[in-house]
Amino acid sequence: MSKGRYGIHGGQYVPETLMNEINKLEESYEFYKKDKNFNDELDTLLREYAGRPSLLYYAEKMTRDLGGAKIYFKREDLNHTGSHKINNVLGQALLAKKMGKTRIIAETGAGQHGVATATAAALLDLECEIYMGKEDTVRQALNVYRMELLGAKVHPVESGTMTLKDAVNECMREWTSRVDDTLYVLGSVMGPHPFPMIVRDFQSVISREAREQIIEKEGRLPDVVMACVGGGSNSMGMFYEFINDKDVALIGCEAAGHGVDTDKTAATMAVGMEGIFHGMKSYFCQDEYGQIAPVYSISAGLDYPGVGPEHAYLKDIGRAQYVPVTDEEAVQAFEYIAKEEGIIAAIESSHAVAHLMKIAPKMGKDKIIICCLSGRGDKDVAAIARYRGIDLHE
Amino acid sequence: MSRIKDAFDNKKAFIGFVTAGDPSLDKTEEFVLEMERAGASLVELGIPFSDPIAEGPVIQDANIRALKAGCTTDKIFDMVKSLRQKTQIPLVFLAYANTLFKYGYERFCGKCRDVGIDGLIIPDIPFEEKHELSDISSKYGVDMISLIAPTSEQRIQMIAKEAQGFIYVVSSMGVTGVRSEIKTDVESIVKSIKEVTDVPIAVGFGINKKEQVAKYTQIADGAIIGSAIVKIAAQYGERAGDHIYEYVSEMVSAIYTHG
Repeated sequence: MSKGRYGIHGGQYVPETLMNEINKLEESYEFYKKDKNFNDELDTLLREYAGRPSLLYYAEKMTRDLGGAKIYFKREDLNHTGSHKINNVLGQALLAKKMGKTRIIAETGAGQHGVATATAAALLDLECEIYMGKEDTVRQALNVYRMELLGAKVHPVESGTMTLKDAVNECMREWTSRVDDTLYVLGSVMGPHPFPMIVRDFQSVISREAREQIIEKEGRLPDVVMACVGGGSNSMGMFYEFINDKDVALIGCEAAGHGVDTDKTAATMAVGMEGIFHGMKSYFCQDEYGQIAPVYSISAGLDYPGVGPEHAYLKDIGRAQYVPVTDEEAVQAFEYIAKEEGIIAAIESSHAVAHLMKIAPKMGKDKIIICCLSGRGDKDVAAIARYRGIDLHE
Repeated sequence: MSRIKDAFDNKKAFIGFVTAGDPSLDKTEEFVLEMERAGASLVELGIPFSDPIAEGPVIQDANIRALKAGCTTDKIFDMVKSLRQKTQIPLVFLAYANTLFKYGYERFCGKCRDVGIDGLIIPDIPFEEKHELSDISSKYGVDMISLIAPTSEQRIQMIAKEAQGFIYVVSSMGVTGVRSEIKTDVESIVKSIKEVTDVPIAVGFGINKKEQVAKYTQIADGAIIGSAIVKIAAQYGERAGDHIYEYVSEMVSAIYTHG
């Protein structure tokens, strides 16, 4: 069995052209993760630039209104650039610098990872090119312009379904044509080893902080930790430091789109099957011949036909539970948390909020839930308005 | 002697590629026979995949056309079975890992043996991951073809030592497609391979001209052309057979011969 396995999942299913490069990346990462200077530099960037630690916010009104468990939100939406993506990007961009790379490329769905990558590139003086499905450049037009403002070149990807999956394809193709000066800054806990490990390590700052914060506030660990799952980076970051705390339930919320019994869904854990794609063995939405299915979700960030291999493993061993949440439920949660708590959360994060609204009332008042608000929802306002039949354009 | 060995037996090989099912599987059969008639020694059949990450735009589009036309793995096996009544030309599949994984490695390799497929090229299964498949394919006598890239460096001999069938040297960085200039030092890669194995070497990626065929059949044992042939299939569709014959004949005429 090759490197980077999570049970049967993971591995390095990439063209030979990339093998030396991902091996070099792994070596560099293993070196720098123990390097004091690297860690000090990253820590400074996270504190002084990204605004960490992020708040662990007690949602008192929601707790009262839902009438059950105490609800805390881990406020990744308050990070610089508006989502958890910056945690990983600062780490990888700094690593790229140390490796002597002058150019970074990245895929993006909702645009959050693209914006974060363009931001880090601007700050660290790296050339930056972002690949984004053409469909998503329309859904998230504001983020395209934002990336351009930051000095990145945005390539709309017109192949396949013109969404996140195709942006990853194109990014991999671009990387195979130019590895010497370029690092592919992958945005989620997916792809070939070492990416799932690197991204998870950089994102685990979320649960490292949350674990300390909840112990400080409540004197104990939470009963439930939850987050939305597309590729799975904010959820893996939110879960990671709680995995060994066996009494803490871990819940990942996937995008069901119109529902898991329709073909308009992106709920990989619910409808996907074991496969090999995008460099990894994991669960994928696919047909009987292994053709990757065109998936759908209102959320461009969760509109992905696969899931990170470590999540697939956590599902297999029963350590984490994965639940589907529909567009409609997510939109209702988006509206609810705005009115109730004065927080406009990303439509991605709203999937987790929707499931929280289902489970919190059924739990006792002595129970505690931490839900990750992975991003802010300013980018989604126009799309939600359109979903509600209001003709609003940015 | 295996059919793949035949392709390189005391001669330099021209290897042609077509995407199966583009524009139809009947036509794929015809194109293979035309390539053979034109002097091709081996043919690669691409199994269309929804997300072919090692392909450039030409073959990506062919994959989409073939899938839209209803091509499936089972129908391709049926086509090969019928083709085998007409020719003994060595045939290898170029397919993506998920196509085989979903079909089941055992079932897939068994079918390959039954219909007469001689080898497998799987661009997204590198050396480190190959055993899950090669342990099974070798049971059925199907060769797993290894790829060596311009970036392989110290990996070249590790890969070459375990190579079966022939070695596919990727002549340029990036994805498949027609290129005007290839900068990679193919010669030194070939030399490094020859130090550890006698398995024949064919060079592909970015080849489309007679001069390139001449050059690579001199340096190595064969030249592979894919995108240029797929382009002809795209341009002429149902009527592409004659054009493919003409093009392949021209390329074959450029094959390096001693003296």
